[in-house]
Amino acid sequence: MMISAQAYGGNGKVKEYHYTGPVEHKFSPYAFNGGTVLAVAGEDFALVASDTRLSEGYSIHSRDSPKCYKLTDTTVIGCSGFHGDCLTLTKIIEARLKMYKHSNNKSMTSGAIAAMLSTILYGRRFFPYYVYNIIGGLDEEGRGAVYSFDPVGSYQRDTYKAGGSASAMLQPLLDNQIGFKNMENVEQLPLSQEKAVQLVKDVFISAAERDVYTGDALKICIITKEGVREEIVPLRKD
Amino acid sequence: MALQDVCGFLETLDDISPCTYQPNEMGYMWRTPLEFDRDSAFHFLSPPQQCSRKNRAPTLFSSTFSSLSPHQQPFQLSHGTTTLGFIFQDGVIAAADTRASCKGLICCPISQKIMPIHSHLVVNTSGSGADCMLWERILTREMRLYQLRHRKRLSVNGAAKLLSMMLHPFKGTNVCVAATLCGWDGEETQKTIQSCMEISDVKEAVEQDSNGSAISDESAQGSVKMASVNEQDEISKDTQALNPTVSDQNTKNVLSTFGGRSGPRVCYVCSDGLQLKGEIISVGSGSPYAYAVLDDGWRWGMTVDEAVALAREAVFRATHWDAYSGNNVDLFHITAHGWRRRDREDLKEEYYREREREKKKIKEREKERQKKEGDKLVEGEGDI
Repeated sequence: MMISAQAYGGNGKVKEYHYTGPVEHKFSPYAFNGGTVLAVAGEDFALVASDTRLSEGYSIHSRDSPKCYKLTDTTVIGCSGFHGDCLTLTKIIEARLKMYKHSNNKSMTSGAIAAMLSTILYGRRFFPYYVYNIIGGLDEEGRGAVYSFDPVGSYQRDTYKAGGSASAMLQPLLDNQIGFKNMENVEQLPLSQEKAVQLVKDVFISAAERDVYTGDALKICIITKEGVREEIVPLRKD
Repeated sequence: MALQDVCGFLETLDDISPCTYQPNEMGYMWRTPLEFDRDSAFHFLSPPQQCSRKNRAPTLFSSTFSSLSPHQQPFQLSHGTTTLGFIFQDGVIAAADTRASCKGLICCPISQKIMPIHSHLVVNTSGSGADCMLWERILTREMRLYQLRHRKRLSVNGAAKLLSMMLHPFKGTNVCVAATLCGWDGEETQKTIQSCMEISDVKEAVEQDSNGSAISDESAQGSVKMASVNEQDEISKDTQALNPTVSDQNTKNVLSTFGGRSGPRVCYVCSDGLQLKGEIISVGSGSPYAYAVLDDGWRWGMTVDEAVALAREAVFRATHWDAYSGNNVDLFHITAHGWRRRDREDLKEEYYREREREKKKIKEREKERQKKEGDKLVEGEGDI
């Protein structure tokens, strides 16, 4: 290996800036695959949106890997974090949904799915699923509901929530635009579906500008009493 | 099912349930999902065990990664809080902030840290968010089962012991639960205690011009849960004005029963096994600041207004000094009738009010100082 003259100090010895001896790398069962998920609840609708980039370190594995999964006609889940755990977790949820449907003869409601997911995640308290989940759907009264989770199963119902790699950038923007936080003397109008969809598109465009793990395309699932509708919007691919 | 095997879905059942499997009609030894809820309190969870499992092929999960230390986890669980609970002559006050933080980020500014377990017991949780939420659910279930089996409610001390015993297998792991159980022991039909309730608007003792917050009367709602079991429940919904002579009687009666079977109680339970009983308990990163305020203002003979104001002030000061506490204040008041919840109050307004008050004080001090100087000059002239 060529060592340039800059590597030598005044007295002729090689300058050492860091430890260059043997390093032991332990196998980590986790990997971080990036991605951002967002959910917004309105009066009679809910939105779950995610980008479609799957990355690891400096590489992009796929540009078409959306992170929203449809569970029932009234519920969509967004999972970001470690893609292996996302896949297994959604398979387990779908299996439990089927078992519930067969034994109770009805589909699970959004609130019930959230409570069940909490116990599934806590069941792995000492080797957690490295997944940040957000469930969006309609509750029994037809109003929009968003449930956000942490990796070990703590959850609560929100009006809006961002999760994943760009969550720290998006959450303050949502706090301001949907929650009207940090604004004085402002008229607080309820959020219409069109405005919410446009806001989500703008928010993801900003996220793609500044977060390297977010980009390629945006998939929005719009949940109303008619069912689940999908929209795909392109984002920056760089 | 292959997926269940890989994920160890049914594995956890083998470890902890003491009962043996019964073969169902088909002759299989599987446990169906319907049987999950039967025996053990932790049918879905078991503490990590290092023993080898000979009857099952070792999967990657069970042998190598049976417990992942917190250093290997790529994320941090939420911590940092101020919660407090204290007893006084008219019940128990439980108060907490609403900030859930995760390292440097606020995960949730409106989390609920005080959760009612039944009509006369409320638990303040601090520590890891998921642990607190799930263990509170387990405790609620176990207490309900106890009540159904034994036809009486478990006391606060009993609930503390139960929670402590349930957490004991997890000692040494990174389960972090620090719960303060605040409740009222005893029958709610005691007439002496009933008449000291007042259902009215609560105004802060400090503020004169602020918005008064009404205590929403949820005691009736809370008591309905227990009505089906205890036939002697009499839920009084009439508003009764506070009668001074009766309240003196009450103080004597409650004081005499304090230390006896019934009355207000606070108990602290920690996941490393610590159990404490006392009159004032505060937990969390902001607890030193809260203790300072509480120690200064607490008296057994406080009125409800004074107690609520004290609790609110303690949380407010703690949120001011502690970075991990903040946002809103939740306040619960538990009496013999059950728990009542005060509306959640945003502390942002309180900071502005505080600044206004400081400005006023400074102006007044200025005026007095000028007045004194004016007087001195006059006196000086008079002497000469």
